Amino acid sequence: MADFVMPSLGADMEAGVLVGWLRRPGEHVNRGDIIAEVETDKGIIEVEVFTSGTIDEVLVQEGDKVPVGTLLARIREDEGAPAAETTSKAVVAAAPEPQRAATPAPTESRSDAEPARIRISPAARRLAHDLQVDAATLNGTGPGGAITREDILAAAEAATRKGEAPAISAPVSAEARESGAEDRLQRMRQTIAAAMSRSKREIPHYYLSSTIDLHRATDWLQQTNISRPPAERVLMGTLFLKATALALKQIPELNAVWEGDRVALRSSIHVGVAISLRQGGLVVPALHDTDQLSLNDLMRRLRDLTTRARSGRLRSSELSEGTITVTSMGERGVETVYGIIYPPQVAIVGFGKVVERPWSVDSALISRPVVTVTLAADHRVSDGHRGGLFLNAVDRLLQEPEKL
Amino acid sequence: MTKDEIRATVLRVLGEIAPECDPSTIAPATNLRDQLDLDSMDFQTFVIRLHDELKIEIPERDYPEFSTINSATDYLSQKMRK
Repeated sequence: MADFVMPSLGADMEAGVLVGWLRRPGEHVNRGDIIAEVETDKGIIEVEVFTSGTIDEVLVQEGDKVPVGTLLARIREDEGAPAAETTSKAVVAAAPEPQRAATPAPTESRSDAEPARIRISPAARRLAHDLQVDAATLNGTGPGGAITREDILAAAEAATRKGEAPAISAPVSAEARESGAEDRLQRMRQTIAAAMSRSKREIPHYYLSSTIDLHRATDWLQQTNISRPPAERVLMGTLFLKATALALKQIPELNAVWEGDRVALRSSIHVGVAISLRQGGLVVPALHDTDQLSLNDLMRRLRDLTTRARSGRLRSSELSEGTITVTSMGERGVETVYGIIYPPQVAIVGFGKVVERPWSVDSALISRPVVTVTLAADHRVSDGHRGGLFLNAVDRLLQEPEKL
Repeated sequence: MTKDEIRATVLRVLGEIAPECDPSTIAPATNLRDQLDLDSMDFQTFVIRLHDELKIEIPERDYPEFSTINSATDYLSQKMRK
């Protein structure tokens, strides 16, 4: 029997709300299937199962808020299925990395075979009950189409105007609708504040930066993209991600997590990508096995990940399995990024704006596109010498973009 | 397709990419990236959607034409006339 527990989806997540079960007791599930949805400060997250078997029993009901690690369900494993300590992963567990199912191909829409369900947070569900609104009739405007408090309030207001609502004691104002979004943003800021404060408090950061000539990379990209339709064009950011992932194979101690009082190297390279959200805040979902993806696949995955991050459709493994973070601030005009490590990771890599600068070549000054790449690393785990080698490796890799 | 219809398509696509914005408030001559906080992924999605909907080739070198609503509409109108 395998345990399916409330996963930790970030360094400072202490509890989550089980929004809904997508599968029921008695149903068979395969490793990688999404079987539950959990609400966190990062939105509603789809939680995957890490073993194959039959759901034996469900122990937590929809709407319940429970601490990380709480047993949510028991799964009777298939004969011959690999043993799993827990079937949903906690981010700082000291256990070996679980075997992860193949990441599903990027998709813009849910499978038709998925059972219909209402995506609604417990708070919105309670409000719907209080205001006697049938949530099943609403189209959600929240992440991934989730029904929000604002949707419930708007529906109640509309019903009042039509004279349909039986009794709504409190008037519903625009301020009330806005307060829900503000609350969510406030909670996300608190989560970010806690993680970053912990990082600065506990991790002795050191910083290194290097300016890299990008003329080969920009020329190669231009030539590669010229014959491609827009959907198949590759962005410079994809080269940065791939170069980072490959450089980690040479300096593996930067691809690790800090557990208690020791470092645990990770054999898989899952680069977390900092993605800013339109309503404020950011998330850092991981691109699994970044080093093994072709640039075309990486581009597709990145577009899919960005779309899902901004529509609140991330998966639990994407939020819990990052082994390093890459943040690119060049689009905002920033030339140098001094990142703060996202615990329990031990390094963060920042890419700035690509700018034209004078560059010395064979004793002559010419103009070249360059980028400043910065490494912030945990001094408990690596030293500046190794950090410098990492930046050198990123530089070398970007000089041969065709090999990425 | 008339120029007004092309403009409406551009605004609709932008509204899908940046759903928090009200398309009617977008200043037609002001930089879209700054106005809507679009990043390179958003911008590429913008071009992909226009390419798919209007069946127009949009080479990368022409991306600067999509910096504002007005310039994008002018560019697409010209391309569709050819």
